[in-house]
Amino acid sequence: MKIAVTVNGERYERDVEPRTLLAYFLREDLGLTGTHVGCDSSSCGCCVVAMDGDRAVKSCTMFAVQADGHEITTVEGLEQGGKLHPLQQAFWDQHGLQCGYCTPGMLMTSYVLLKHQPAPNEAEIREAIAGNLCRCTGYQNIVKAIQQASTELAAEPAAAAVGS
Amino acid sequence: MATTTDDLPARHSLGKSMKRKEDPRFIRGKGRYLDDIVLPHMLYLALVHSPYPHARIKSIDKSKALALPGVKAVITGEDLDAAKLEWLPTFHGYDKQMVLAFGKALYQYQEVAGVVATSREIASDGAELVEVEYEPLDPLVTPFQAREDKIILRDDRESKTNHIYHWEVGDKAKAEGELDGSAVRIKERILSPRCHPAPLEPCGVLADMNKATGRLTVYMTSQAPHVHRTAFSLVTGIPEDKIHVISPDVGGGFGNKVPVYPGYVVATVASVIIGVPVKWVESRTENLTTTGFARDYHMDVEIGATKEGKVTALKVSTVADHGAFDAAADPRKYPAGMFGIVTGSYDFPTAFAEVDAYFTNKAPGGIAYRCSFRVTEASFAIERGMDILARKLDMDPVELRRRNFIKKEQFPYPSPLGFVYDSGDYEATTQKALDIIGYDELRKEQAEKRKSGELMGIGVSTFTEIVGAGPGKHFDILGIKMFDSAEIRIHPTGSGIVRAGTRHQGQGHETTWAQIVAEELGLDPQELLVEEGDTDTAPYGLGTYASRSTPVAGGALALAARRIREKGKKIAAHLLEASENDVEWKDYKFNLKGVPGKSVTMKEVAFAAYTNPPPDSEPGLEATYYYDPPNLTFPNGSYIAVVDVDRETGAVIVRRFLAVDDCGVVINPMIVEGQIHGGLTEGFAMAFMQEIAFDESGNNLNTNFTEYLVPTALETPHWETANTVTPSPHHPIGAKGVGESPNVGSPQAFVNAVMDALAPLGITHIDMPLTREKVWRAIRDAEAKVS
Amino acid sequence: MFPAPFDYYRAHSVDDAVQALARFGDDARILAGGQSLIPAMRFRLARPSVLVDINAIDELAYVRESDGHLAVGAGTRDFALETAPLIAQRYLLLADTSALVADPVVRQMGTVVGSLCHNDPAGDWPVTALAARAQVSIRTPGGATRTVAIDDFVVDSYTTAVGTGEMAVEVRFPTPGTRTSGSYQKIERKVGDFAAEKLLAGAKPSKDLIRAAMREAEKIADPSPDNRGSVEYKKAMAGVLVGRAIAGALERLGVGGLK
Repeated sequence: MKIAVTVNGERYERDVEPRTLLAYFLREDLGLTGTHVGCDSSSCGCCVVAMDGDRAVKSCTMFAVQADGHEITTVEGLEQGGKLHPLQQAFWDQHGLQCGYCTPGMLMTSYVLLKHQPAPNEAEIREAIAGNLCRCTGYQNIVKAIQQASTELAAEPAAAAVGS
Repeated sequence: MATTTDDLPARHSLGKSMKRKEDPRFIRGKGRYLDDIVLPHMLYLALVHSPYPHARIKSIDKSKALALPGVKAVITGEDLDAAKLEWLPTFHGYDKQMVLAFGKALYQYQEVAGVVATSREIASDGAELVEVEYEPLDPLVTPFQAREDKIILRDDRESKTNHIYHWEVGDKAKAEGELDGSAVRIKERILSPRCHPAPLEPCGVLADMNKATGRLTVYMTSQAPHVHRTAFSLVTGIPEDKIHVISPDVGGGFGNKVPVYPGYVVATVASVIIGVPVKWVESRTENLTTTGFARDYHMDVEIGATKEGKVTALKVSTVADHGAFDAAADPRKYPAGMFGIVTGSYDFPTAFAEVDAYFTNKAPGGIAYRCSFRVTEASFAIERGMDILARKLDMDPVELRRRNFIKKEQFPYPSPLGFVYDSGDYEATTQKALDIIGYDELRKEQAEKRKSGELMGIGVSTFTEIVGAGPGKHFDILGIKMFDSAEIRIHPTGSGIVRAGTRHQGQGHETTWAQIVAEELGLDPQELLVEEGDTDTAPYGLGTYASRSTPVAGGALALAARRIREKGKKIAAHLLEASENDVEWKDYKFNLKGVPGKSVTMKEVAFAAYTNPPPDSEPGLEATYYYDPPNLTFPNGSYIAVVDVDRETGAVIVRRFLAVDDCGVVINPMIVEGQIHGGLTEGFAMAFMQEIAFDESGNNLNTNFTEYLVPTALETPHWETANTVTPSPHHPIGAKGVGESPNVGSPQAFVNAVMDALAPLGITHIDMPLTREKVWRAIRDAEAKVS
Repeated sequence: MFPAPFDYYRAHSVDDAVQALARFGDDARILAGGQSLIPAMRFRLARPSVLVDINAIDELAYVRESDGHLAVGAGTRDFALETAPLIAQRYLLLADTSALVADPVVRQMGTVVGSLCHNDPAGDWPVTALAARAQVSIRTPGGATRTVAIDDFVVDSYTTAVGTGEMAVEVRFPTPGTRTSGSYQKIERKVGDFAAEKLLAGAKPSKDLIRAAMREAEKIADPSPDNRGSVEYKKAMAGVLVGRAIAGALERLGVGGLK
């Protein structure tokens, strides 16, 4: 089936089998391997991408055909003009990652969170990332990183927008 | 003498919270994990699994699968047997493991056949079409059933028993005599339940046999690439120089990526046969049901003591469930790993420990999940035992521990079970923890709450870890001594490349290894590239697990750097036009003794090594070191948990948790803290939710992440951390290793806290995980007894 | 794990969807949020021959209050309820529920009506719909709409009154009166777990009444044993949670001291 998807601002037209999961479409058809897969039950959140800029979705629980006509932002789309997104910078600054496998999904969930809720408190952050598992960090530094990014985005609101 | 990190003298690079050098690729989604690697004309492998825990395989019909367009091959145990590739040696060499079920399937989800196809989807379709006829057999679900030998699991073994081994250490007669003579004595059956490390990246392999060169390249999720190269060579007969193992970025390991799994072998065999690359990446279900589980120790713990609370003897008898094959990742001489650390931080005059292991119809494993070979089990046993003893003595659990701590002047301390503890100041570490948490105030609050029936608990764990295997004379894998290695090349401009035999999976070696070398050489850690995981380039090492990277490879790095310094000194003398004896390394440069200001830096020396070496010397500046440590290292910690228990539902709220760790000299405090946060979270998971359980028929009940529960940000408590520093006297930089301490030390702090909360109800012990239902049931039963 | 092959059809209106169901036959399934269906397909527990995707039917994504009820369209995601001010102000039971479904990312895709149609006994929305006395509108193959009371809609685990070729298009929750409140309580072993308990919401507050309701809940609860607990534990928790739900609901009405 033919689909047209805009990913990180670039339009792609591809022919896909209906059963191709969006995560594998991104990884294998488009070579965007930052989106990871860690389970089969929609539990771990390693595959989270942003859809139409305002919705965090688990791309392994969605078919590529469903993304037809939509805009997808993946972790590769966060950095703009050679400048890291404040979330990327904050995860680095706050030691919010170790093995790095959950990081892309965690970043994309946080990216959408900050669009809806620019200044979340710790409890709200912990709730918002509860669909993303991390086995390395114990989450504490991830929470700190999201708080740092939230503060920075408040100082420069233009940085919040990516791609669109 | 314990100090805090702040008290240490200013260092060039060590002890600094340098941001991680590996992060820029990870935060951009540019890490390169196994499944990210794509090779031309690559095929995919899917496995067929047994639905039965124990069954005779009557027939396997491949025809429908082979008829599916896109399917290239179907491989069964019979095919492997014909190629003499059906059995894998296990790491300690005492058993062997089936690659594909052959004759009998011995656990639910065991691999029965492999289907190779042009896409992942078609491979899965093909796997569904493989028709296997089974004759179900009665399963052995517990080691206690297995012990009866009514059903014999392993037809292939000569000895017709399910008993695998008996291992013991210590003086049994003396320990039992002392226990019998003790004024106070406790005994408790304590289970360390079967659980699974479940790193977020599943295990996988991409095997690429190049028929033109005869070289096999194996990309795999490996914590020990060199050992895996040797294992592949031994199993396949391919000469080791023709095998290239690459462990790319690893998305968490925790011990899960130490063993060799059937999927690796089948994919490799398929690539060798078909001559194109074959990839296998397991599903989460395959990960949880077939790859290395951890723990599963049923421990009878007995402690004797005087009325004053001085311990007199310890005896621990363990029944271990090893599953269908003895694939436990333990060194040859230590089938029960470092279980002898079970005397913990306490000065036991006598002790005895024994382990009897059995085959059951469960997946094989017994890997060291974020712990150094059975230390989590041992530490849990002693720390729970001490709490139960304190209760019996009606003594504060901290006071009991203090009366029995090994004192700092007793180090190096020979334990009754054969280890020599390197260093520690348990009293100082514990005092720091008590001060920070406000222990006395908490006890007062608890006393008040108990008056109104509220269930508040405080739990302590003052544990000692044992990490850093070697020394090689005691520890090996496949007979290979557990040393580790480092190679450093300094380039003409003073930057360099550092390679080690370890393989990080999130521990931050690309940063900390650079810090160690930079500290030794006065160079910029940002300009030292660290590389691991490629057997063609890295020196041979035993890998990263059991908190051995810093104790072993960390030592190799410092000593390799010191070799560079030795050579550098000759070059410096040449540059300073002085005798080598007049040159000294001080303040991170080479100085001419007695002539202030007359010095050269390592950077200048590096340039000279290539442009102006001393006439009689070899040009270049590089060194290699294979380090076999003289002893293990013994990190310790004092952890305190504060919990509130909901009487009606059994829910436990962890109100506070403090970890005070002593891992010796700290390389990077930020990374150490991160390791502690992560380890505590896994300890919390073990205490409250993680378990691989089976029903009476041997069916696995925890086969995916909706059933095998790992903590999210919402349940995970806020962690408080602090440290003391007691350097390891024998380690080149005084470091001890830390990645596993929080995982080893914390489960018992949580459980002790919950049992402390339930003490007014007379509840002594509940086995992990402390689910709401188990706690609720214990409360209800206790209340029924009272009324 | 990867789904078995299927055909895909994107519907652009409800009529289009219903016609497609008729065309493709018994093995066709509606794809809404897909948060239960797609994992089931990955495990090959579900293998529809055709998926009729209703995500592009924009007019199904609505939350509307009129004629004494709140109407939620089949395209409405949990997240929309969770974040709507109207829900937070007046539909407290729905607000509680929407914030406890699965996990926050799943809620950005998962739909309320889809969850009702899936009717997992451990699901949240069937419980709340029962407590709130909801009604579900179903479009028939002939193009007519029939409305079913929730008690009739929920037939058995994973079974609803939605027949072959039919499509649930809307759920209606009665608008609570000023003297009515609600509260949804859930034992979560961890985030992402499905709800394991049933709930009642009541009136005329007294401690005795709450205790009676708790006992009644324990008696009528008919849970299945699973990893979240045994039958015995779940029945006991049904009582505890009903007590807490009633006390919580009353507190929202300003009646305190009953916990």
